[in-house]
Amino acid sequence: MDRPIRVLVAKPGLDGHDRGAKVVARALRDAGMEVIYTGLRQTPEQIVAAAIQEDVDVVAMSILSGAHNHLFPKVVNLLRGEGADDILVIGGGVIPDDDIPGLKDAGIEAIFTPGTATSDIIYFINNNLKR
Amino acid sequence: MFDERKLDGIKSSLNKWKKNNVEKAISEFPERKGKFTTTSNIEVKRLYTPLDIAEMDYEEDLGYPGQYPYTRGVQPTMYRGRLWTMRQYAGFGNAEESNRRYKYLLEQGQTGLSIAFDLPTQIGYDSDDALSEGEVGKVGVAIDSLKDMETLFDGIPLEKVSTSMTINAPASVLLAMYIAVGEKQGISPDKLRGTIQNDILKEYIARGTYIFPPEQSMRLITNIFEYCSKEVPWWNTISISGYHIREAGSTASQELAFTLADGIAYVEAAIKAGLDVDDFAPRLSFFFNSHNDLFEEVAKFRAARRLWARIMKERFKAKNPKSMQLKFHTQTAGSTLTAQQPDNNIIRVAIQTLAAILGGTQSLHTNSRDEALALPTEDSVRIALRTQQIFGYESGVTETIDPLGGSFYVESLTNEIEDQAVKYIETIDALGGVSKAIENGYIQKEIQNAAYKYQMEVEAKEQVLIGVNKFIVEEEAKKDLLKVDPQVELKQREKLAKLKAERDNIKVDSSLELLKEKASTDENLMPYILEAVKSYASLGEICNVLREVFGEYEQSVIL
Repeated sequence: MDRPIRVLVAKPGLDGHDRGAKVVARALRDAGMEVIYTGLRQTPEQIVAAAIQEDVDVVAMSILSGAHNHLFPKVVNLLRGEGADDILVIGGGVIPDDDIPGLKDAGIEAIFTPGTATSDIIYFINNNLKR
Repeated sequence: MFDERKLDGIKSSLNKWKKNNVEKAISEFPERKGKFTTTSNIEVKRLYTPLDIAEMDYEEDLGYPGQYPYTRGVQPTMYRGRLWTMRQYAGFGNAEESNRRYKYLLEQGQTGLSIAFDLPTQIGYDSDDALSEGEVGKVGVAIDSLKDMETLFDGIPLEKVSTSMTINAPASVLLAMYIAVGEKQGISPDKLRGTIQNDILKEYIARGTYIFPPEQSMRLITNIFEYCSKEVPWWNTISISGYHIREAGSTASQELAFTLADGIAYVEAAIKAGLDVDDFAPRLSFFFNSHNDLFEEVAKFRAARRLWARIMKERFKAKNPKSMQLKFHTQTAGSTLTAQQPDNNIIRVAIQTLAAILGGTQSLHTNSRDEALALPTEDSVRIALRTQQIFGYESGVTETIDPLGGSFYVESLTNEIEDQAVKYIETIDALGGVSKAIENGYIQKEIQNAAYKYQMEVEAKEQVLIGVNKFIVEEEAKKDLLKVDPQVELKQREKLAKLKAERDNIKVDSSLELLKEKASTDENLMPYILEAVKSYASLGEICNVLREVFGEYEQSVIL
């Protein structure tokens, strides 16, 4: 690869818990990736627009409010609609185990729950890029 | 505090002990770590002696409970008179469901209510707003109008309970709804007791449920101070919160420093708005986190009382002793709970509960074991409440006031935490105050650095987390988690549509029109918000009127 991996770290919805998103953003940056952080309260449309404009390889979203089943799949669908299905989409936050299979079926390729080491996220991204 | 000659004696015997006993022991059995520290990076010594607090003056630095500088407690009898208020933060789904949970908690011996609102409510959007999709009823109860609030408190006599509401940007609207429900129950506002969080500065710093820009937000806050000092005298008009700053990753001394710095900003704003410090300061309250490092937390609570008392007396020239008393609510630390082996969280919460009690809290929420996984189930909430009750009724830690007062270690830590906080406050003052320090990202950056450092220590296993990086077991997926019915969102929208069709829309429009007009004057907005609420204008409608006049806050993204 001749350019660093570009990652959009995003906070969809109204949730204000961004400790995790910011820690992950910084860890990815320390691992040599280029990281853009959206800030809070992004609609799926805003996230997809930013992902395309910034030409990212990965969209990494975080939700702790329980709105993941609604918002994560919406982002994937909008990306597909834009023909950007070669962007790797991952998610994290307080997400019950029961919800994970459904989210994976919807196209979120990995879900990282509390206690995950940032090194695991870095490893996953490095090994699952789609382009 | 000690006789000079005795101290000299201790100095030489301490050196002797180090030479003869410690060095020998270490040469045979090295200590577990090269350096022991607290979360605030205070180095913890092997042993504390009178030498560590030799400079202290008992009467000036500690004094007596209920007396300046309140280090040992704000009341003269503390828990010998009455235990702290056991106040579990709860709310989910719709008003009916939450009302049932509150009645359950009151039946279980809880002594105050604490209302969790969903995110749309906290950010002033109605349930039918496009931005509310997927969020309705999730992290708290959905309240769209006075109608929902009437249901929420149905059968709960408001003169008998004190109610804390975690509401910030639209605090004036929810307070107005509470006042209106009281009136419907025949209870006048001067009988209502409770707290609104109403702390917008920490929303910009750490929690994220802001709506309006700082200047307009501060205006709404000082409007509430003024209105309540006349109309709702027993209401705590703000709960200046370190809790979320700590959850965002700060250290204990940062939590204390940034919280008190926010407090200073509110006092300055109210004085600037023409209020007398002793008219509103007695109704200021605080909200802190209780973490795992037991002694550091106790020291933090004690330092908080002393430092705030000094700030109020020396900086703001308060005269009323009540203005100098830092009263606080505590919640155990959600961020310390692990999704792995969740029953272990009961023990963590117990340690944090003990810290809050030894620190002299006025009220306490204990987290439930399953909160790293989902909303807590009824069983988990009961264990959390029982944890408080066991400490309160069985452990004996409540029988004397400030039992750790005089501990060489705890007193020394109290001094060090206070010193660290004073340095931070000086830095913030030099930057031009909290608003400037938020705008340029100084505070957020300090917190983020601490959060990142902690995460890296966990990953390097320098910081042990049982079940996460040590003593790990294979676990099955968790079952029986509480789920919010997805129908809640639909039902809530239907309820709102029905309300909008049935209410007197002419009255609604005229009350909103008047509010809009007054928003661009410098009149106190509380009476107009109350009128709008009583006409059954929705929360979103009221906030949208204010958005039009005030504009919205744009977050500065700091990474």
